[in-house]
Amino acid sequence: MLTAFAILTDGLVYAAYLFLVGVGLTLIFGVMRILNVAHGSFYAYGAYAAAVAVGVYFDAGLPAAGGFLLMVLVAMAVGLVLGLIIERGVLRRVYGRDEVVVVLVTYAVFLILEDAIKLIWGPDSYALYQPLGVTGTVDVGGLVLSGYDIGLVAFAGLLAAAGSLALKRTRWGRLLTVVIFDRELAAAFGINVSVVYTATFVLGAMLGALGGAAMAPKISVTLGIGVEVIVLAFAVVVIGGLGSIDGAFIGALVVGLCRAAAVHLVPQIELFVIYAVMALVLVLRPQGLFARAQPRKI
Amino acid sequence: MAPRSIVIGMLAFLLAAAVAPALPTWLVSLATVAFANALVVLGLVILWRAGLVPFGQALYYAVGAYSVALITRYSGVRDVLAMLAAAAALSGLVGYLTGFLLARYREIFFSMLSLALSMILYGVLVKTETLGSTDGFHVDSPTYFGAAPQGGMRLLVLFWLVLACCSLSALLVSLYFRSVAGALAIPARDSEIRLEFLGVSVNRLIHLNLVIAATLAGIGGALAAIAVEHVDPDMSYWTTSGGFVFVTILAGAGSVAAAFVGSLLFELLKSIAYDVLPGTWQIFLGAVLLLTILFLPGGIGSLFMRRRRPEPAS
Repeated sequence: MLTAFAILTDGLVYAAYLFLVGVGLTLIFGVMRILNVAHGSFYAYGAYAAAVAVGVYFDAGLPAAGGFLLMVLVAMAVGLVLGLIIERGVLRRVYGRDEVVVVLVTYAVFLILEDAIKLIWGPDSYALYQPLGVTGTVDVGGLVLSGYDIGLVAFAGLLAAAGSLALKRTRWGRLLTVVIFDRELAAAFGINVSVVYTATFVLGAMLGALGGAAMAPKISVTLGIGVEVIVLAFAVVVIGGLGSIDGAFIGALVVGLCRAAAVHLVPQIELFVIYAVMALVLVLRPQGLFARAQPRKI
Repeated sequence: MAPRSIVIGMLAFLLAAAVAPALPTWLVSLATVAFANALVVLGLVILWRAGLVPFGQALYYAVGAYSVALITRYSGVRDVLAMLAAAAALSGLVGYLTGFLLARYREIFFSMLSLALSMILYGVLVKTETLGSTDGFHVDSPTYFGAAPQGGMRLLVLFWLVLACCSLSALLVSLYFRSVAGALAIPARDSEIRLEFLGVSVNRLIHLNLVIAATLAGIGGALAAIAVEHVDPDMSYWTTSGGFVFVTILAGAGSVAAAFVGSLLFELLKSIAYDVLPGTWQIFLGAVLLLTILFLPGGIGSLFMRRRRPEPAS
């Protein structure tokens, strides 16, 4: 019983993390049809920037609540800067090229950004320990849960709800939906697709950085964190269906729970259970669990 | 590929083999690894013609490498040809089996499924103690027809072996491209339904291409494992696959020769970058890839192709 409860809580926390990382990726793919390998770098930059900035903030002895606000602000700033530079400077030049070529462009950007980390923050790793200390722990039915984890799950849930609502109810969300369904028609109706693209990419970058910032207190912020995260995020959004925010939510839950179950029951398969699930979903339903099927191209 | 270019290609391989003893050791060992990897890239060129880009070709690369490594670890077989044959057969078999799945998919789904499969192997390798876990393990030197060359000769003989494998593969693949099945890859990319109406099973065609590419990748992995005398799970990680796709784009994926020139160029670039910017050589690689895609859409090969007559409807 306790194991089942532990699987559930661990799975939820891991799912929250996966959702934060995956949602930006799926947003960018949904709107722009770009599978963005550089998303792993957004995550890493968010984590580094938050670890440094929030660490300094807490060391200055300022109130804790501001620290969490700062975490979000730092992530947004990182996403804004990186997103604008990459979309305006690089991606804009390859729109209309083969999908795979664009993936390779983001791969090149990823390589550059990965090494730029060493130039900006040096080869040392950073540990952001204060937020976990501030939020403390909660005892739930014999399991000691970290308050930060609970907050993370709540935050991811809120973000999922807000994202889903914003896409369906707000003016901007509806414009975005139009562009997702038919870019040319949207342009013909006077929607400025170019601005939508930039805004989407920047928003996706912010979400990626936010994922990194939110995870910074739970991991050792070190070189190579972006490399691991990118394939995980791929798995999540492919399972849910590329380009679907609801899909990313379900995909994160599926992957999170599967991994937690593997960790507790069969630790040997922990590393590949995620990709096994991904392969299984692709075999049974290649478009993912939630995306609509594309008509076959003639 | 016209017969003339096959002859030129074979002469180039012979020339490389002839000048190898006069070249510095670092260049020979660099070229050995480069040409071993070029076999994987050759497989990617085959798939590229059919419009497929696998992000998980490292799966077969690692299968080839690990089969050689396991043979030297658990059996007395040291003959290089037997080891290569085993690696080719095993990776071809894995390619055949995964092909039943992969041949049904196109575009990004194909890429992602192949990525998932390679990451499964990575997970298995990392978690299996008997396969060396994350550290991998050492690969013993093979014998060549009973002889076990030592010192500088060892490297040279291996280089010649790699060249022999490469020239044979290049020849066979060139012939394959000129065959009916090979020529059908391009129409399959352009319009699958049209081809199906003409009575061709595109899935079977792609399955065949997948097996060829997997076998080539397996031989490449086996040769690379012998060359570096070590295998580890990173050989199946997605960054390895990404590197192969990188070379394919860099070279231009236009021809058989592009695979070899591109791979050699890539290894050279990597070692220059490593020399100039030891800690941050990936910046250099990324910049080169970016500039190639932006300003040379046809790859580096397109620089040399311009004056040739245009290829018929490709």
